[in-house]
Amino acid sequence: MSSKSRSRKTGKRRVHARVFAALGDETRLSLVAKLCGGQPRSIFQLTEGSRLTRQAITKHLRVLEKVEIVHSVRSGRESLFQLDPEPIEKIKKYLDLVSEQWDQALSRLKSFVEG
Amino acid sequence: MDNRIEKRLELKAPISRVWRALTDHREFGEWFRVKLDGPFVPGQISTGHITYPGYEHLKWEAVVQEMEPERLFSFTWHPYGIDPKVDYSKETPTLVEFRLEEIPSGTLLLLTESGFDKIPSDRRLEAFRMNDGGWTEQMKNIGGYVEQKS
Repeated sequence: MSSKSRSRKTGKRRVHARVFAALGDETRLSLVAKLCGGQPRSIFQLTEGSRLTRQAITKHLRVLEKVEIVHSVRSGRESLFQLDPEPIEKIKKYLDLVSEQWDQALSRLKSFVEG
Repeated sequence: MDNRIEKRLELKAPISRVWRALTDHREFGEWFRVKLDGPFVPGQISTGHITYPGYEHLKWEAVVQEMEPERLFSFTWHPYGIDPKVDYSKETPTLVEFRLEEIPSGTLLLLTESGFDKIPSDRRLEAFRMNDGGWTEQMKNIGGYVEQKS
């Protein structure tokens, strides 16, 4: 592996790690859930029904923005927040990989006990 | 996000047979492809190494949680083999549970692995990324092996 592709790989790894960390919080997970429909939403809409202040919600949104799960788009004078599913898809791949590994192991167990 | 893995498998073998395949460390090693240093004992660390050719450098380490005969076998571990250069001691492991139930055709096995939501650590993920290519490769090898045999 060339040093160039290695450093690109290391960079990727850091991004994945930050996505995990960003999602490891209930408020942020609920924000992601609210944005899952694909519609961009304002801070006002995202604060509705929450006990937190708009400032607190904004802070959480910034964390999600940093790892690129959420993007803000301007609409007139306000910012709207939109979900980018790609980083979450990548995390899902991790679980898929573990899952596939179990499929392989369990099919070996099946032949082992049935054989 | 769904952060647990669940598998359901019907085995045409008596529950006692399946229990032995899961909890006898030599039999477990046969199908899991790991050479374990000693028997499983609840509360104790189980160590060994992966026996799959080319992956022998990966260590096996798990802590046995529960062994309820013919019902429940569980352990905690860090998935994806252990990289000797990484200190995992402060990191939350995932929990693997094998539950058995007797059914007319033999045994129903329910496997769950949970706790993936507690994976925030940079190093943990780094370890995963490092083994990522390795496991993908291994799965390909298994595929080739199965096809050759059939």
